Amino acid sequence: MPLQVQGEILSVKRVGAYQAMTVVAPGIPELTRPGHFLAVQVGGPESSMLLRRAFAIYDVKDRGVYGGTVEFVFAVHGKGTAWLSQRRPQDKLDVVGPLGKPFRLPKNPVNVTLVGGGYGSAPLLPLATALRERGCRVDIVLGAGTADRLFGFMEAKRMADSLAVTTDDGSIGLHGRVSDVLPAVLDKSRADVVYACGPMAMLRAVTDQAAERGIPCQVAVEESMACGIGVCMTCVLPVVGDDGLTRMVRSCVEGPVFLGDRVRWDDVGTVPLDTVGAITAPGAHR
Amino acid sequence: MTDLTTKLAGVTFPNPVFTASGCAAAGRELDQFFDVTRIGGVVTKSIMLDARSGRATPRMAETPSGMLNSIGLQGPGIDQFLEKDLAWLADRGARAVVSIAGGSVDDYAKLAQRLRGHPAVSMVEVNISCPNVEDRGQVFACDPRASSGVVQAVRQNTAAGTPVFAKLSPDVTDITTIAKACVDAGADGLSVINTLLGMVIDTTTMRPALAGITGGLSGPAIRPVAVRCVWQVHAALPDVPILGMGGIRTGLDALEFLLAGASAVSVGTTVFGDPTAPVRVLAELEHALAERGIARLADVIGLAHRPPVPSVPESPDPVGDEPVVDLRRSFDDTFEETS
Ligand SMILES: Cc1cc2nc3c(=O)[nH]c(=O)nc-3n(C[C@H](O)[C@H](O)[C@H](O)COP(=O)(O)O)c2cc1C
Ligand code: FES
Repeated sequence: MPLQVQGEILSVKRVGAYQAMTVVAPGIPELTRPGHFLAVQVGGPESSMLLRRAFAIYDVKDRGVYGGTVEFVFAVHGKGTAWLSQRRPQDKLDVVGPLGKPFRLPKNPVNVTLVGGGYGSAPLLPLATALRERGCRVDIVLGAGTADRLFGFMEAKRMADSLAVTTDDGSIGLHGRVSDVLPAVLDKSRADVVYACGPMAMLRAVTDQAAERGIPCQVAVEESMACGIGVCMTCVLPVVGDDGLTRMVRSCVEGPVFLGDRVRWDDVGTVPLDTVGAITAPGAHR
Repeated sequence: MTDLTTKLAGVTFPNPVFTASGCAAAGRELDQFFDVTRIGGVVTKSIMLDARSGRATPRMAETPSGMLNSIGLQGPGIDQFLEKDLAWLADRGARAVVSIAGGSVDDYAKLAQRLRGHPAVSMVEVNISCPNVEDRGQVFACDPRASSGVVQAVRQNTAAGTPVFAKLSPDVTDITTIAKACVDAGADGLSVINTLLGMVIDTTTMRPALAGITGGLSGPAIRPVAVRCVWQVHAALPDVPILGMGGIRTGLDALEFLLAGASAVSVGTTVFGDPTAPVRVLAELEHALAERGIARLADVIGLAHRPPVPSVPESPDPVGDEPVVDLRRSFDDTFEETS
């Protein structure tokens, strides 16, 4: 059950190309599991930006000096995130969370590989902690365009049984993509489960490589969302259900975490013709 | 205590704040944030006969003080809606206004039959901003005859005590023509307004931002258009109840619609940014009425249409027993000729 909280910003830090914001948001930390996300109001009460911005939850602390806090990581790529990056400690921030379905954890202490692209590693780091607590072996692969877009390197290094890093420009780690190193990591660590968060193209590649080895894979997708709470139907993507049928599924309530092999990656951004209720006749514009 | 009850075509609601179709699903998600039985009613996402996937993504683009959407009426179809959504609303004790949409007059008639006599249905809202598959995709709401056909079919297939509201599109030359056609066809009230057709082009990809190319514009950006539409419809049909909507964000925005002639309001897009908006708007509206010394909500409905009053409050009333001040005389008394 998500809460709407008038939070107070505790800190805004630059982390490489990103910003990490910590907000005092009593009640939310206790409910949060790795993979949950927050929806944040931007621009203040008179804002011309009506829609919330969604961010994966990175870190939570049940009890700080000021009460429970949540932390999230973001890149400035529009007016809303630019406004957020200019907030200062003690500014108020309206946050709703925790939202979505979190990662499901394995029952047994199995071997797990985590794959993060860019700031997509943010929700994977608390997941790594939870997996370690269950006695899992945790191997991590991080990829980004450039070194300053690699999030959580030190933390991953401290926590993981092994860490592999790739960058598109070779500024740190291997010059290439995570898909260049993932097969070797999966084989060497005898991975039983894969978790991934990052750009769609990466999630798709990870899903394919895990599937080739018959390894189940959970991915956290990032779709554009207007509400984050399941009432607007803007955040859909084609996903195959337990009954084998494809539906346009809301990533904010049925996701953001999906089984990778259930997402119809080829068809994201379209409505496949075999989708339940696909429009074949002229459609309504709303 | 302000009396907030409002009457829509014979049905009394405890207060005038509703959700808007397509902006609240069927109430269940919002019930996590506020008690949905506290508001006037939950207007559900327009439901069609069959399950429908909706359009491809991107379905949304944020615009200044608004947004563009092209969802394409994604929904589970009437069977599942009755079984899951309406059953939940009934269990919860919420007042449901069920919005229906179709591609032909027959679709609408069948939908009305399926809803007939369902205890949870307080009202039926007819979304006529849909393309008519039998008329080259021409939108019903843009043609008085097509609108009238749909409304008549729904009215005939709906129980007598259940009001039928037709939801009007602002994308017409004269909204009162469509309003009158709907009322003549049996509509008990009108929902005003649906979204305005708009478009955004992404200057990076240099392509339309929405997969559906065009979409419906909503949010505070359209509020003056919506208020104008409510005003015109109320002026033309003063006895027809109106459910007003379009960019309502605060209690004062809601009051504006009531003053223009709406008997109740829907809060739509604002919910996306503020899931508790309906109850907040309700509280703010109650406060605004109390501040103005208004004891009954019913007293403000259409109040902005009253003739203008003299702008200087102290100025004596020229009619009645009050002495009439002859301005010319007092001017002459005060000043002398200078030539
Ligand atoms: C995402 C979205 C979906 C909508 N879906 C419907 C719908 O299914 N049926 C309908 O009659 N109106 C629909 N509308 C229109 C709203 O009910 C409302 O008339 C319009 O958005 C203006 O109000 P607002 O500015 O408060 O949102 C939708 C609006 C939005 C933003
Ligand atoms: S973002 Fe609104 S339904 Fe998912």
